[in-house]
Amino acid sequence: MAHVHEHNENDGAEQRKAIWRTFWILLILTAVEFLIAFTLHAGVLKTAIFVGMTIVKAFYIVGEFMHLKHEVKSLIWATLLPCIFVVWLLIALITEGGSIFDLR
Amino acid sequence: MAATAQPNVKNVWLGGVEPMKASYGKLMMWFFLVSDTFTFSALLVSYGLVRFSFPAYAGKVADFVSSPAYWPIPEKVFDAMPFMHGVHAPLVFVGIMTFILIFSSVTMVLAVEAGHRMDRAAVEKYMLWTILGGATFLGCQAWEWTHFIHGTDNGTVIKELVDGSWISKTIFGANLTENQYGPAAFADFFFFITGFHGTHVFSGVVLNYLVFYRTSTGLYERRGSYEMVEKVGLYWHFVDLVWVFVFTFFYLV
Repeated sequence: MAHVHEHNENDGAEQRKAIWRTFWILLILTAVEFLIAFTLHAGVLKTAIFVGMTIVKAFYIVGEFMHLKHEVKSLIWATLLPCIFVVWLLIALITEGGSIFDLR
Repeated sequence: MAATAQPNVKNVWLGGVEPMKASYGKLMMWFFLVSDTFTFSALLVSYGLVRFSFPAYAGKVADFVSSPAYWPIPEKVFDAMPFMHGVHAPLVFVGIMTFILIFSSVTMVLAVEAGHRMDRAAVEKYMLWTILGGATFLGCQAWEWTHFIHGTDNGTVIKELVDGSWISKTIFGANLTENQYGPAAFADFFFFITGFHGTHVFSGVVLNYLVFYRTSTGLYERRGSYEMVEKVGLYWHFVDLVWVFVFTFFYLV
């Protein structure tokens, strides 16, 4: 089982430290997002920053909280690779939305 | 035999070992979450499509007026706070909701960690905090929905073509066919995306409660493993993860 090999020393203190570190990172990123929402003008740059920060937050939630970072490679890829289809769907449908806008 | 031979096996996919070093239940939870990712992505991506098919508001943010002709600016729609009627507090309430959900994710992962140490009292404590966080989030969402449906004091005056002639009427709040904030699709997506997410939060709270109950009756202690906390934890973090995306794509961008 997973808990046998990783929780042998220091009674999980290390893990708890990592958890709180992740919490502060997520909190600060959300606060910065909040700040950017009211200081930057709407545009490609703002959207790109938001998407970037969201991916960083997702990385910490999935990697640390859901522990995926510490799983074996095959599980990591089995989870991440299917998401490529989502990226494709996003690009395809945003483009489609743009052409609907042009046509009406 | 198979388990002890694991490090020396050349091809882990030939059977007898766990190639992903995760139990059946955890793997199935992961694969369920991947499929749930697709469902949420479909909702968010179609939001993107419809949003891009409508004109964006072109003027200054300060002069923004709601109209069905263009897509609204979220910070102008979600600016209300409970007990603070009439105060313009853009995105503050949804920010608080985000914080609550992230924090409940932290207490959840602390419960998982306590489970690794077989610390039953700590698992109970952190599960209770997680349940409290989830329930608070649901309460906030109920308030937000109520406010969104009932609308602001003044509403929005819109022109509508009825039987060949244009008439003006004031709309308050939102339903699936019309709303005071923008195009009908805006409220539709609000209801479907936050509603689908809220349903996930609700079932997460139910599952968390079940795990809390079984922890406090000592079932996992007798079983010798708190892995159920981990599996439900995966689901709970996923719900938090989805909210991070909803927060960005619905409220921020």
